[in-house]
This record gives sequence, structure tokens and C-alpha cells, in this order.
Amino acid sequence: MIPAELKYAKTHEWVKIEGDIAVIGITQFAQEQLGDLTFVELPAVGDTIEQGDEFGSVESVKAASELYAPVSGEVVEINDELEDAPEKVNESPFEEGWMLKVRIEGEPADLLDADAYAALIESEAH
Amino acid sequence: MPFVPHTPEEVREMLAVIGVDSVEDLFAEITNSMRPQSFDIPEGLSEMEVLAKLEGMAAKNATDSASFLGAGFYDHYIPAAVDALTMRGEFYTAYTPYQPEASQGTLQAIFEYQTAVCRLMDMDCANASVYDGGTALYEAVMMAVRKTKRRKVVLSEALNPIYRVMLDSYITNLNLELVCVPHKNGRTDIEGLKAAIDDKTAAVLVQNPNFFGSVNDFTDLFNAAREQKAVSIISSYPVLQTLLKTPGQMGADVAVAEGQSLGLPLSFGGPYLGIMTCTKKMVRQMPGRIVGRTQDTEGRTGYVLTLQAREQHIRRQKATSNICSNQSLCALRALVHMCALGEMGMRRAARLSIERAHLCAEKLTAIPGVEMLTDGPFGNEFAVTLPVNAYEVIARLSDRGFIPGFPLGRYYEGLENGLLLACTEKTSEEHIGILAEMMKGALK
Repeated sequence: MIPAELKYAKTHEWVKIEGDIAVIGITQFAQEQLGDLTFVELPAVGDTIEQGDEFGSVESVKAASELYAPVSGEVVEINDELEDAPEKVNESPFEEGWMLKVRIEGEPADLLDADAYAALIESEAH
Repeated sequence: MPFVPHTPEEVREMLAVIGVDSVEDLFAEITNSMRPQSFDIPEGLSEMEVLAKLEGMAAKNATDSASFLGAGFYDHYIPAAVDALTMRGEFYTAYTPYQPEASQGTLQAIFEYQTAVCRLMDMDCANASVYDGGTALYEAVMMAVRKTKRRKVVLSEALNPIYRVMLDSYITNLNLELVCVPHKNGRTDIEGLKAAIDDKTAAVLVQNPNFFGSVNDFTDLFNAAREQKAVSIISSYPVLQTLLKTPGQMGADVAVAEGQSLGLPLSFGGPYLGIMTCTKKMVRQMPGRIVGRTQDTEGRTGYVLTLQAREQHIRRQKATSNICSNQSLCALRALVHMCALGEMGMRRAARLSIERAHLCAEKLTAIPGVEMLTDGPFGNEFAVTLPVNAYEVIARLSDRGFIPGFPLGRYYEGLENGLLLACTEKTSEEHIGILAEMMKGALK
């Protein structure tokens, strides 16, 4: 379950480039590792995020993990629905569970394609 | 469940596994020069000697004084049931209830306490308590700072000065800006507070009744704060919440209180109880422990510590607070106290306290030269201006076993003649009469 059209960060976020907008979420593998999510903390519209920095966090029943920005840019939209329905990230990580839309400048570097990401989680699983 | 960490046998087993002979050997790494040379503890005494020594010390206390001291801490009547029930040995453990399978009793008691204080304040959520009212106020400020990511805090000078001193020292190194809006003759300057709130403001802090005893409705102020996306924090006196407009009704985001007046003796200033309640929206910023009620796989009710991702054992660097403790026994006393009195009893205690204070104000202001400082509605506490320095009167009357109140000059410049007096249901009309007579004599 690794869509070929997306790009991936080593920290298990996915990126979908649509012109100068990047849509960001976490992968199927990431949500499986976390288990049932109870809360998603996201930045505010208008905030600027930097590639590699924390931009928020996700909480499951017994743990919390940071989210790392796979690209740099200004947050133009957040998925408000996750505030009341964090389980959407578990149910549909690549679609309804999207988290942010960020305005980017140019093509982001240092991201993995689907094959490279598949290899990464293969190596992490062993 | 015995909460004894290790028996001598277990200690021996552990040492054997590590491969050392004694605890002394275990710490052999620590050189003599780095060890305490002496703890300076005197020789032991027999039980009888200890008792005599302590009784001698206790006898020095002025316990039979009639006191009109309040200033945030009040001598209310505590039903006998509070001591009787809370002295049960089961409650005396320092064990943290993180294992629900071993702590259902403790957890349920905390859950019931949380429920009671939420109802009292009309708020959605409460934590298991923090050390005291001042700490609760500081933690509330930090909730707002985290929530808004802003650094300016607007507060009223009519907020208890003891708490303002605490806040100052707590935030010394935190790069926050405290903007203190002066009181207006003992009144909370609501318009001044409104004017000070801007889009950089994390929180606005007020107190009800304020330090001078004035009762306010802060609904408008909290609406103004909301427009600027600032967090509204109120410090309130729990006993009076049964009669006054509650923090929830005013639209506060966080409501805190010193819980001492709910079943805790004054006891030289502690241990007390920091009550913290908030709206559901703010709950993820709440520090410390929160108990929730749930069901196990068989559908049986169970109590657990919940929302633990806020706490430092999950993510130390991201924890909402360094506080990982609560005042369980004090919270339990508050709960038993509220249950023993019930809604009617709590209202009655509040009403009696207020009536006594109004009678006291009437008697004192009948004395030539004594003027009312608190203006507008007040609860069980009020301030008067004397024709002389308040310290003088306090010194004269306390020599005769009467503590007439708190000298406002201690914290408020220009109010050296101001005296703050509090009454509770324990203040008799006779005491009020004697106080008025003594005051008359002292001012002649």
C-alpha cells in the first residue's frame, strides 16, 4: 500500500505535489506502527514549516510521536476534520487522513520515490 | 496491595544478581569526600520525651485567638466526618496510581473529586490537583502560553498579591511579559484590562472575589479576550461558587482555586490544594494527572489515568509541565467535605459567611474615622480604611487575642491604613461585637 505517484520522507510522511502546493500526510506503514490515533496536533494556517523540522504530533492511546516536515513552505490549509476524527488517519492515511497543504517554491529535494520507500520500510521491519 | 518497595530478602537477591555483598558495596564508587559527613541529627528520644517536646512547642501557638484573617485562606468549619474518613490507612500511600489494576480505589476517589470541582466551577474537565492555588494559577498561565504561542500575560493588581509574587518568581527565566493593570480603589479595573488585551496576549488573569473582597461578573472581559484569541483565566474562592456566578457561566477557559477552604485546616500555610479546571478545548494543555472513567473488555466500570501523552513519562521534552504529582490526600479531604455538606450545606456555609462579613462591615464603619474601602458587592471579605496605620491596630488587638485582619500596606503602596477582614460561618456575632468595641478603643 505505497502509492506510486507520491513522494516520501524517511520519517514516514508522504507528499503529493500539485503545482506549487504540497499535500502532506503520514503513510499506511506509519499509522499501523502507531495504532489507533486519538489526537492530531497541527500547525496553524499561515505558519511556515521547514523541511526536517517538527510541524506537529500524533497521539495514540499510549504514545505520542512528532511529525516532521518533508518540505518547506507556508501552511495554506489544514485538515480541520482531524480535530474531531483523528481516526481518519488510520482509516484512510493517503486520502481523507491528509494533514496539511503547504505552498512550496520549486521541486522539493531529498524525498524518496515509492520503490525507495518500500525498501526503507522493508529494512526497518527487520 | 502492600506498597513496600523491597524486603530485606529482595535486596539480598538483587545484590546477589549484581554480584556485590551489601548496599554499602553497591555505592563503593562514591568516594568518602563526596559523601555527607554528618546529617546533624540529634540523638533519638523516647516516645514520652518526644511527645513532651512537641507539646511544649505546640503550646507556644496562639490557638485561641479570634481571627479575621483571610487574604485567600479561610477558617471554615470542617465536619468531623472529614477527619474520620480521610484518616483511613488505605488512603495513606505515596504510590502513584499508574497501574489501574492496583489502584481502583485511589483512581475512583480522584475521579469523584474531579467531578465535584467541575460541578462547582461549571467547567468541563479537572485534573487531579496541584500543590496549591498559586501553583494552579501559574500552570494555567503556561496552558495559555502553550495554546496561543504568545508571551504576554495581562493580570489585575487586585489578584492576590501572594500569587502575583509566586508568578513573578516562577516566570523569572521564561521570557514572558506580565502586564499588571492597577486596581482602582480596591476594584478590578475591567476597562483597563480590556484595553491591555491585544493580539499578542496569551491570557488575562482575574480573581473573584478579588483580593479586596469585591465580587465581579467578568463575562464581558472574557468575551473581549476571546475576540483577541486570548485565554481567560479566573482564580476563584470555591466556597462562594455555590452562590456567585460561576467561572463556567462567565465563559472562562481555565478556572483555578485554592482548595484549602474545602475541608483543610489552615495549618500554618499547608499542605493545601491547587484546584484546576478547564474547558474541553483546553484539556490537552492541562498539567499533571487526569483520571477518566471507562469500561474493561467485560463491560465493567474502571478508572484510569488518561490523556497521558501530556505527562512527562511519555515525552519528557514535550510534557505540559514538570508537575507529575498531585495532592491526593488534600483532594480527598475536599471531596469528603463537599459530600458531607452537600449542595445545601455548602450554600448555607457561604451565605452565613457573607452575612457575618456584612454585619462586621456595618459595625466597623459605624466607628468614626473608619471608612469602607471595598466598594460595590462583596462576599465574606472586605477592606476598610482606618484613621491610623493598620499595623498599629493589629499590634494592639493581637496582644489581646484578637487578630483583626490583614494589613493591605504590606503589598499595596498608599494603602498603609487599609485593613482586610474576612468572616466565615465560625465567626460569631459576639466576636464581631467585641472586635468593634476593641477597634473603637484602639482608635481613641
